[in-house]
Amino acid sequence: MNLSYFWMILILSLQAMVPLVLTAVGEIIGETAGLFNIGLEGILLMSAFTGVMGAQLGGPWVGLLTGMLTGGAISFIFSVITTRFKGSQMIAGIGINLFAIGFVAFGMAARGVSSLPQGKRLFAIQTPVGMGISPIVIVALVVPFIAYYFLKRTRAGLMLKAVGENPEAADVAGIDVLRVRLLATTFGGILAGLAGAYISVSWVGSMTKDISQGRGFIALATVVFSGLNPLLALVGGFIFGFFESLAVWIRNMPALKGIPTQFIAMAPYVVTLLVVAGAIGRVRFPKALGEPYKRE
Amino acid sequence: MRHRRAQTAPARRRTLTGLSPVLESALAGLLGLLVGVVVMAIYGYNPWAAIVALFSGAYGNAAGFANALAKATPLLLTALTFAICVRAGMFNIGAEGQLFMGTLAAVAVSLVTLPPGIGQIARLVLAMVVGALWSLVPALLKVTRGVSEVISTIMFNWIARWLALYLVLNILFDPLRAEKTISIPMSGRLPLLMGKTTLSVGFFVAIAFALVVYFVVWHTVVGYEIRAAGLNPTAAKYGGINSRRTMLLSFTLGGMAAGLAGACYVMGTPPTYSVFAGLPELTNLGFDGMAVAMVGRNHPIGIIFSAIFFGGLNAGGRAMQLRAGVPLDMVRVVNGTIVLAMAIPELIRILPMVKSGVRRMISSVRPRRGADSGDTPGDPDSSTSRGDATQEKERGA
Repeated sequence: MNLSYFWMILILSLQAMVPLVLTAVGEIIGETAGLFNIGLEGILLMSAFTGVMGAQLGGPWVGLLTGMLTGGAISFIFSVITTRFKGSQMIAGIGINLFAIGFVAFGMAARGVSSLPQGKRLFAIQTPVGMGISPIVIVALVVPFIAYYFLKRTRAGLMLKAVGENPEAADVAGIDVLRVRLLATTFGGILAGLAGAYISVSWVGSMTKDISQGRGFIALATVVFSGLNPLLALVGGFIFGFFESLAVWIRNMPALKGIPTQFIAMAPYVVTLLVVAGAIGRVRFPKALGEPYKRE
Repeated sequence: MRHRRAQTAPARRRTLTGLSPVLESALAGLLGLLVGVVVMAIYGYNPWAAIVALFSGAYGNAAGFANALAKATPLLLTALTFAICVRAGMFNIGAEGQLFMGTLAAVAVSLVTLPPGIGQIARLVLAMVVGALWSLVPALLKVTRGVSEVISTIMFNWIARWLALYLVLNILFDPLRAEKTISIPMSGRLPLLMGKTTLSVGFFVAIAFALVVYFVVWHTVVGYEIRAAGLNPTAAKYGGINSRRTMLLSFTLGGMAAGLAGACYVMGTPPTYSVFAGLPELTNLGFDGMAVAMVGRNHPIGIIFSAIFFGGLNAGGRAMQLRAGVPLDMVRVVNGTIVLAMAIPELIRILPMVKSGVRRMISSVRPRRGADSGDTPGDPDSSTSRGDATQEKERGA
C-alpha cells in the first residue's frame, strides 16, 4: 500500500465529515439551549434541494446561501412550534422529516432537478495529490473551535447553558428563555442548511431524492458521542466520515470485490450504533433537554 | 402584552375543554391539505382539480374505497408500532426496517412448499417473529446501554434497507425476472375481497391486530404497566413496575405489528405478490405510519379511522397523479404538515392565539409609523407575530 491511498482516504474522509460536523455543531448549540431537533435529516434534505435550485439560478454561493436560509427558516418554524406553542419536539421533528421527504420528491418530480453543470458547482481547492477539496472543509474545521469558544468562554454561551439546564432560574435571572431557544435553534438550522447545500452544491454536485442518506441522524449520534463539546463533534464527525469513505474506497479495491456492496454500505450505520453504544454513560445532557418551558 | 395574555388564557381554556380531540385531528388534516394546496399552486398545478381527483378517487366509488382500505392496511399496522411505544414513553421510528424484514421473511417462506392454510399462517407468524426480533435489538441497546431509541431504530432502518436490497437481488430473486423477488405462491396468498381492487383479507388481519393491541394495552395488567411507565416513569418505578420489561414488551409488540404489515402487503397485493428491487412500494410505509398514529391519537380505535383516511389519501393520490398530473409525493407533503400541526398541544387554541397575534401586530404597527420606535429584528414578539402572520396568510390562501 503506498502513500497515495492514505491521501485519498484522508481527503474522502474530510469531505464526508463536513455535513456531519456542521450539522452536529448546530445541534449542539440547540441542545445546549434545551431543544432536541430530530428534524435534522429533513433540514439536510430540504436545503440540499433548495441549494441546487439556488445554484442553478445564481451560482454556487447563491446555492449555499439558499440552503442556509432554508435551514434557518425550517428551524425557526420548529422552534416557534416548540417554544411559543409548547409543542412536542420529537413530533415536530418527525413532521419536518416527513414533510421534507414529500416536498423534495414532489419538487423533483414536478421540475426534474438533476445534476449541476461544472460552472454552477462550487470550485475545489487543488491539492498536490491530485484530488480537489472543497473550501467548505476548511469552514467545517474552523466552526467547531468558534463554537467551543462561544459556548465555554462567552456570556451568551453561558446564557444558552443556563436556559438548557435550568430554564426557571434563567427566567428569574432576566433571560428571555423562549427567545434564546428560538435564536439558538435557528442558528443551528442555518449550520445544518449549509451542510445540506454543501452535499448537493459542492460535494456530490447533483440532487437525488435520498441524498441525505441518514446523515442527519448520524449527526445526532455525533452529538451524543461529543457530549455537547463541539471539538469532540469534530473528532466524531471525522470518525463517521472515515467509515463512510472507507466504504467507498473498499468498493473500488480489486482485492475486495467479493464483499457484496450492500454490506459495505451498511458499515457507517453499524459503526454509528457501536460508537453510540460505547459512548453513552460518560455523557451528561442538559437537564431541561427536550422539555417545553412553561412559566408558572 | 404578556400580562394581558396571562389573564385571558385560563378563560379561553375553560371555553374549549368540551371540544373533543377528534376536532383537533380534523383541523390538523385540514391544515395539511391547505399547505398542500399552497405548494401545488406555487408549482403551477391546479389545486382544485387535484383535490377533487384525490377525494373522488378515494371515496367516490366502491372500487376506490376498496383500494383506500387496501392502502390503509400496512399504515394501520405501522401506526400501531409507533403508538404502542409512545404509550410506553418511547419513540420507535424503526417500523420502516421492521417492515422490510417482515416482508422478506414472508417471501422467504416461499422457498419451501406449504399447503394452503398453513402457508398463510406460517408467513404471518414468521413475519411477526422477525419483525419483533429486529425491533428487540434497539430495545436491548436502550435497556442495557441507554442508547436513544431514536438513533438506534433509524440506524436499524438503514441496515435493514441494505440487507433487504441484498436479499432481493441475491437470494430471493425471481429466476425469470431478476428485478423482483419470487412471487408468493397461490397457497400463501391472502384472498382478495373485491375484483379489480387490491383489497385483501389483510385488512381484517390488521383490524384484528388493532383490537388485540387495544385489549392488551387497555385491559391487561401488562398493558396497564406499559401505559403507567409512559405517563410517569418515576411514579411507575415507585409503584413497582419494571420499566425494562415494559420497554421490551412494547418494542416486541410494535415489531410484530410492523412485520405483519409487510406480510399483509406482500401476501395480499396483486398482480405480482412480490417485492421489487429498490423496495419502491415498501419505502416510507413505516414513516407514514407515524402520521397515522398521531392523527389517531395513538389509540388503536382512533388509528383504524385515521388509517382509512390516510389510505384514502394514498389511493386518491394515484387518481390525482393520473387525472391532475400532480406527483404522488404531494400526499407526503400533506402528511408532514399534519404531523407538524399535531405536535402542538391543544391545537384548537392556536386559532384565537393567531387571531390575537395578528391584531396585536396591526395595533402595534399603526401608531409606530409616526412614533418610529426602534423594534429590533431579534425581538421575540415581533418575530413570532411575523410567523403568525405567515400562518394566517397560508390559511387565507
